[in-house]
Amino acid sequence: MTIEIKTSTLEPVRNTFAHIERRFGDKPATRYQEATYDVQSEENFNYRPLWQPDKLLNDKTRTDIKMEDWYAFRDPRQFYYGAYVQSRAKMQEAAENSYAFFEKRNLSRLLDEPMKAKLIRFLIPLRHVEQGANLNNMYACDYGYGTAITQACIFNAMDRLGIAQYLSRIGLILDGNSGDSLSEAKLYWLDEKVWQGVRACVEEMTTVDDWFEVMVAQNVVMDGLIYELYYTQFDQWLQDNGGQDVGMLTEFMQVWNKDSTRWVDATLKIAASESAENTALLEQWISNWKAKILTALKPLASEMLGADALAQAEASLDKRLAKAGLFK
Amino acid sequence: MSKVYIALQDNDDSRYIVEAIEEDNPEATVIHMPAMIRIEVEGRLIVKRTTVEEKIGRDWDVQELHLNLITLGGNVDEDDDGLSLHWNQ
Repeated sequence: MTIEIKTSTLEPVRNTFAHIERRFGDKPATRYQEATYDVQSEENFNYRPLWQPDKLLNDKTRTDIKMEDWYAFRDPRQFYYGAYVQSRAKMQEAAENSYAFFEKRNLSRLLDEPMKAKLIRFLIPLRHVEQGANLNNMYACDYGYGTAITQACIFNAMDRLGIAQYLSRIGLILDGNSGDSLSEAKLYWLDEKVWQGVRACVEEMTTVDDWFEVMVAQNVVMDGLIYELYYTQFDQWLQDNGGQDVGMLTEFMQVWNKDSTRWVDATLKIAASESAENTALLEQWISNWKAKILTALKPLASEMLGADALAQAEASLDKRLAKAGLFK
Repeated sequence: MSKVYIALQDNDDSRYIVEAIEEDNPEATVIHMPAMIRIEVEGRLIVKRTTVEEKIGRDWDVQELHLNLITLGGNVDEDDDGLSLHWNQ
């Protein structure tokens, strides 16, 4: 007996939602497009709230940056909730393996006391910076306009909470789960002179009204400098001074930064290429925050790494800014 | 001359690969079938790593293509930078 297998193709009734079709044409859309474009309420559930009657709940004017289309901020990683969670789950699995390996082999015994002290003094207080970054990205998500950019901000905010937790776990590994290193690091954050400039910047950022400025100050300037200092230069210093195993614990931050930088740079470039006014505004914000943050980081960077570390970090940030079309 | 073709599962990874193939092979015909996307072209079909990376927004290993690959037709030429299909004369 022979069996003949017949196939018949069913044409889908429609390829995608009408609003996605209006943007991208009548063809199968990506999940990212469907979960992102024109999702924020315009008509329904959007009105003038009692607490700010001169603006709508979802209002484009809570920043001085002006965009013809706020959905121009396409995320190059195309993260919508599903893709984001999958990507982070993968990264977390790798990180958990590293932490488990580090703890099982008790690699912290290879770190001598001065090395541990240095990590507690410089690396662990960074969790307070990450908490500030979490707040700032939450704020941008809350007051921002357009799901394309606001969803990326909330993803960034959650990542920062995760990074703060990993930094805390590094502290717990160093102090044998007593929590002493975290209290000590908090005291450095609150009282130690090298940290006060950074703390002032983190705290000042949370008082800025313009959400786009907050995003630029945090994700471009602050992160641009700090991540270069810590996860490139300090990482190298650890490798050269017998602390290379700590790299297993900060690998997540390094990988994450590469991923996040793609989005940050793309966002900056899109905003700058929209208009000369946007470019001027971004340059003004960046110059202002860069001057402040450089001054704040100076004592920290020179004590942690040496005199030319900060200049190197600045050069790497400037290169990114130039690529985004700023300060031409 | 027969066409070369490649068929991928219709999922979130493939969508970006298909976008990249469309960009690099303007002559190609993309056929959306249930759960599968088939792309065919006269002559040569190329999948470039750099284009896929740009679309997918992360580093991409050409061998990842095989995770979503259903079938292909043509002689394969694959290296770290891409994969190409054509019929040897």
